Amino acid sequence: MSKTAPKTYITSGHSGCAGCCDAFAAKFALMGAGPNTIVVNPTGCLEVMSTPFPYSSWQVPWIHSLFENAGAVASGVEAALKALGKKDDIKVISIGGDGSTMDIGLGALSGAFERGHDFTYVCMDNEAYMNTGVQRSSGTPFDASTTTTPAGKVSFGNPRPKKNMPAIMAAHGSPYVATTSIGFPRDMIRKVKKATEIVGPTYIHSHAPCPTGWGFDTSKTLEIAKLAVETCLWPMYEMENGEITQVRKVKDPRPVEEYLRAQKRFKHLFTMEGGEEEIKKIQATADWNIKHFGLQ
Amino acid sequence: MIDPAYRKKMVVVEGSYAVAHSAKVCRPNVISAYPITPQTHIVEDLSQFIADGEIPNCEYINVEAEFSAISALIGASAVGARTYSATTSQGLLLMHEALFNTSGMRLPVIMTVANRAVGAPINIWNDHQDAISQRDTGWIQLYAEDVQEACDTLPQLYKIAEDNEVMLPGMACMDGFILSHVYEPVVLLEQELTDDFLPSFQPENVLDPEDPKTFGAFAAPDTYEEFRYLQEQAMQKALPKIEAVAKEFEEVFGRYHGGLIDGYMLDDAEIIVMSMGSILGTIKNVVDEYRAKGEKIGVLKVRSFRPFPKEQICKAVKNAHAVVVLDKNISIGTNEGALFTETKSCLYNSKVRVPVIGYTVGHGGRDIPVESIAKVIEETKKVAKSGITVESQFLDLKEESL
Ligand SMILES: Cc1ncc(C[n+]2csc(CCOP(=O)(O)OP(=O)(O)O)c2C)c(N)n1
Ligand code: SF4
Ligand SMILES: [Mg+2]
Repeated sequence: MSKTAPKTYITSGHSGCAGCCDAFAAKFALMGAGPNTIVVNPTGCLEVMSTPFPYSSWQVPWIHSLFENAGAVASGVEAALKALGKKDDIKVISIGGDGSTMDIGLGALSGAFERGHDFTYVCMDNEAYMNTGVQRSSGTPFDASTTTTPAGKVSFGNPRPKKNMPAIMAAHGSPYVATTSIGFPRDMIRKVKKATEIVGPTYIHSHAPCPTGWGFDTSKTLEIAKLAVETCLWPMYEMENGEITQVRKVKDPRPVEEYLRAQKRFKHLFTMEGGEEEIKKIQATADWNIKHFGLQ
Repeated sequence: MIDPAYRKKMVVVEGSYAVAHSAKVCRPNVISAYPITPQTHIVEDLSQFIADGEIPNCEYINVEAEFSAISALIGASAVGARTYSATTSQGLLLMHEALFNTSGMRLPVIMTVANRAVGAPINIWNDHQDAISQRDTGWIQLYAEDVQEACDTLPQLYKIAEDNEVMLPGMACMDGFILSHVYEPVVLLEQELTDDFLPSFQPENVLDPEDPKTFGAFAAPDTYEEFRYLQEQAMQKALPKIEAVAKEFEEVFGRYHGGLIDGYMLDDAEIIVMSMGSILGTIKNVVDEYRAKGEKIGVLKVRSFRPFPKEQICKAVKNAHAVVVLDKNISIGTNEGALFTETKSCLYNSKVRVPVIGYTVGHGGRDIPVESIAKVIEETKKVAKSGITVESQFLDLKEESL
């Protein structure tokens, strides 16, 4: 990044894999949020790799409680700051994986958004439970092979499409919901900054390709992230008060095949009989995105 | 006889209201709770206090589940807020994972538990299974005998829990319905006296951007065990504090409910009945009758179940001829209640030699009449004379419906 890039508040030296998506996501989120921020981090790769006691990568106050309660813990942090008269100066953000956000922690997160706490939730979506060894989550895309939805003689992998999490959060009446990607740091930093400046519960869903879980070279994290956007499998947009207000256009969408071929988790689509048909279904998802979000 | 000046201060209110009032005068900064019978009136009363602007600098979080109630307080306490919740039964069980977390992070969250049975079968009445099942979570547990004690326990518990040498969460247990819904004369805690007694919460470590700290880190085998050891040490340090704080409370408010334990007709007692909670009142009535006949029966009230007052219990029963423990809970698979098991365990390696038997009683709110307590005492007298025949059993089983 350029010399004028904002400072971040998570140091290197953590034990994440080389090219770790969660590390990128946390770094960019903090660049957007700034130093006067309390971070709530549910269980997952980021939490484990950044705080092996007695060390910590965090240069901002940070709390990890459990896998499924970040929304509630953040609610309490925010309420306490209010009660103690400190809320005006301090921001609260939660940074969690797709598993903690979209699956096990959804109830607590829904409660926090419905109650209207003033905080920002950032989901680092690496599309599986990475910390426990790449099991599927409701963020895992259609046909991805994971350790609990492995491709096999009679299976193409994960049988379900991704849950539309941003729509769920927008349906809570959130003033600001945006999708972004670690492949577009400036976009992510801008959106997180904007989200933290808006009063109320705001949500950033960041696509975060994981070299270990998806099966690609550790030098290609940001490249794969960009490819997801360029193939229109990961649309980037902003929603204000439930309405889409900004969309990142993709001039010449690339075929999804390029994206799929680059990752081991989709390898079976190119070797199994019937794989071509499956790839067409995935292309149809990208085409739907183009139309629905007006990407072109 | 109650002193007339003191009587004047007494009001007849519902137990839940008295407890909510007590929570209020402790000046909590964040309250987070979820309704469940028989705790509900406490949170409704607190909500009304908030709606009437009666609790300054306090946020009430209307959470979507008990799991979030306790989780929100974890976040709030870490920021330096004084926190309060109330729950029972299924709600407390739902909190289970987060209870360990609260204690492990050494956050002095305080919660009233209006003790209730757990399902299945679903049952809303009182026993102690809910809180007893949380005994290993690292929370201080104090059990109240009456409404006044349930009220008075709260400021005491804050003072103990927030002590820099302790820093552990605490449950103020009170019997659901029996205490939460009863209308009886109590003194509502005075704000001024409470302020004199309870200093504001000034934790050493908080989440603050001025001095960033990491809460809830990952601990590998080379560091984890020491965290557990320090947690146990903190519990041990709470033992004398519970005694001391009960005395300090007496100095300020003029009321004493016991420290770790309390005795009734205990000094010369040959037969001792041990228990926790509101059943102690009934037991004392029965014991009065025995005493009137000249029989040396006494009562040992256990107020603190966690930390467990081993030394005090050994000392209290050392001259008895037999002890009987009444437990409103059971560990299925042992046929024993927890207080019974732990009492036996703390006596085993001591010099005290006294036979101890147990009854597991009052499940799901089953009434415990005075006749049954008399029956238990008669059995214990037999044990004192000729030894134990049945070590532990259910009380008042309806054999005909089995
Ligand atoms: C209640 C509970 N269930 C399961 C786990 C095990 N677990 C820890 S992290 C994790 C997956 C995390 O996935 P995600 O939220 O996507 O984060 P990632 O590691 O992928 O960044 C699981 C299943 C747990 N810690 N707690
Ligand atoms: S598995 Fe993925 S998310 Fe986890 S540390 Fe490795 S790269 Fe990061
Ligand atoms: Mg994940």
